[in-house]
Amino acid sequence: MTDSDTLATATLRAPSAPDMLLSREHPLCPGCGHPVSIRLVLETIEELQLQQRTIGVFGHGCSALMITHLDVDMNLSLHGRAPATATGIKRMRPDRFVFTMQGDGDMINEGLAEIMHAAARGENITCLLLNNGVFGDTGGQMTAGTVIGQRSTSTLDGRNAEQHGYPIALSKILAGMDGVSFVARTTVSDAAGVSRTKRLLKRAFEHQLAGHGFSLVEILTMCPTGWVTAASEGPGYLGETLGHESEFGVLRDTWDPAAAGAAGSE
Amino acid sequence: MSTVTKPTKSLCSGSEAIARSAMAAGLRFYAGYPMAPSTDILETFTRELAHADGVCINVETEIEGVNMALGAAMTGFRAATGSTGQGVALMQEAIAEAGLHETPLVVFTVGRMQQDYFQSTRGGGWGDYRTICMAPKDVPEAVELTQLLFHLTDKYRVPGILLTDGILARTQVSVDLSPIEFEPLPEKTWALDGAGTGTGHSKSYWTFAGGKANNPGLGPQTHWVNLAEKFEVIARNEPRWEEVHTEGAETLIVAFGTAAAFVEHVVRDLNAEGVRVGMFRPITLWPFPGDQLEAAAESAKAIGVFELNAGQMIDDVKLNVPNRKLVRPIGGISVDDSGINIGELLDAPAVRARIELLIEEMTQ
Amino acid sequence: MTRERRATGTVTIDVEGCKGCELCIAACPPSVLSMSTALNESGFRYPELSDGCTGCTACQLICPDYVFEVYRLAPTT
Repeated sequence: MTDSDTLATATLRAPSAPDMLLSREHPLCPGCGHPVSIRLVLETIEELQLQQRTIGVFGHGCSALMITHLDVDMNLSLHGRAPATATGIKRMRPDRFVFTMQGDGDMINEGLAEIMHAAARGENITCLLLNNGVFGDTGGQMTAGTVIGQRSTSTLDGRNAEQHGYPIALSKILAGMDGVSFVARTTVSDAAGVSRTKRLLKRAFEHQLAGHGFSLVEILTMCPTGWVTAASEGPGYLGETLGHESEFGVLRDTWDPAAAGAAGSE
Repeated sequence: MSTVTKPTKSLCSGSEAIARSAMAAGLRFYAGYPMAPSTDILETFTRELAHADGVCINVETEIEGVNMALGAAMTGFRAATGSTGQGVALMQEAIAEAGLHETPLVVFTVGRMQQDYFQSTRGGGWGDYRTICMAPKDVPEAVELTQLLFHLTDKYRVPGILLTDGILARTQVSVDLSPIEFEPLPEKTWALDGAGTGTGHSKSYWTFAGGKANNPGLGPQTHWVNLAEKFEVIARNEPRWEEVHTEGAETLIVAFGTAAAFVEHVVRDLNAEGVRVGMFRPITLWPFPGDQLEAAAESAKAIGVFELNAGQMIDDVKLNVPNRKLVRPIGGISVDDSGINIGELLDAPAVRARIELLIEEMTQ
Repeated sequence: MTRERRATGTVTIDVEGCKGCELCIAACPPSVLSMSTALNESGFRYPELSDGCTGCTACQLICPDYVFEVYRLAPTT
């Protein structure tokens, strides 16, 4: 155990959580990737000094279980509709930083029209996709983000195309659309991924602040409960499924085109 | 000698009048999807709202439109959306949401006939919510009620529907579009503006009213009970109605919207001929002026409900009159071959024939 | 002979906040975290720090329950 004498002369390198996190106790599962992603978003807001000018629009899902913990002016929107609500907010308050936070069930299932149209319109908002390939909040069922072979409580033998159809690779589609300014894909399954996620969030936020248009960051997160795996095996399972053969890093950047395609370089 | 200030009048269609009246009320955001006969409202906003310091978005889907309007309204600006009943059908979830997290939202429902009554008064969304609903009988009243609806939805922080129809939408009338003054309302300190972020006093717009870890909200039980009480206050304070020749009337006709304009015309003619028939016209379909209808129906031996549908408002009439056995439907579905336009029943002679038949069957 | 690892960093661990996911164990590059045998009040095992922490913050980065605060030690003369 670290004694208080040692701490008295030590330098704090990393606090456990940013000031904007109102409570460290939350109901999410052991090994869940969402609290890490949420922490990074709050840290980025603090570092870019976006306090007192940020509005968040949250979708329904496990990430919404933490909305009481976030010192952010926000709306818990209808399932899938966050990009539309955020559009109404941003059009009336273009001087504010407006982001959405949605799971794959919220964004790719229920909200597919909303995200595609907001992207095509080039709305100057930042949408964040916390993708664990399942509907965590309702127990771990399959979504349009579940990849082939991935286990969920409705695909216990792994998703197979013949029975369940194919997933929708949303980031890839958005990265090919006019109107979209920035798309990045990352994970929080290991420390390097967490650091990369933080850097990419900052880039996305800067796109909005510069008025460059629609930005999206897809963060692959762990859901050991939905994947029916031990918490400690979450990162490994993520690597085998959602993260397998995936492109990470910047997928599209119209502000700095040279940055796109430099996968993993972040 | 007194100076007379001439009011500013414009010749315009009902759709244009509604849109311009909304702008006179300070509307700053409209999101709409084209669908007849509501499209002209969208097109008026598309042409004019940007010049009134506002934003008009021609949305890709109705669901996005209503959710954008919710977002805009949450930031404290007057916002609206609209469609015909079949389009508003898709917006039900978000209208309920407005009721449950107390966001003022105005919806312009331009019906094709009068088959949108249930949708506009009961709603198809989830929860214990109510929507103020007003049904003007003509374009001048639509202008007045549009501004009143923005005032009341802001005052009570509730959703509101202005229910009109294709005839009103397309009728050209000379109307006064000046802003109407209402009682001043307090500043919208509830608006979501981002200023609370990072201060320890951030806001949460959430139908479950959970609040924040450092500032817990009321929670769903208390919040939803409070909402129910608020709706009861509105129900007590805000019913509006019109009565024509109802004093001592033996026969009472109940009608709303454009259909009521036809009924009124016939009722006045009949009274001039000595027939004791009156008309009761709810202006607010919710809150329905039930107590007032009960009083107006006191001496009636026959109560005819004239509406262009298979019987929707008649349910509210039966709930409120002293003897529901005296209530008869005298309208009906009336549509042309396209299914979009009103059919032959909405014609003064046809309306008169229905009323006369009712009088004959029930009072003689 | 074992080489003694000199710590250049240290962490504080919120034992009661831990949910026993063990992600920190795998994340720690010098492998100075191991799970306890004891249980916290919620019934979870929790990480314990042994010698050799470098203060790299990998544990703090990965922890879903905000259990770690990471410090760099004052240099020893």
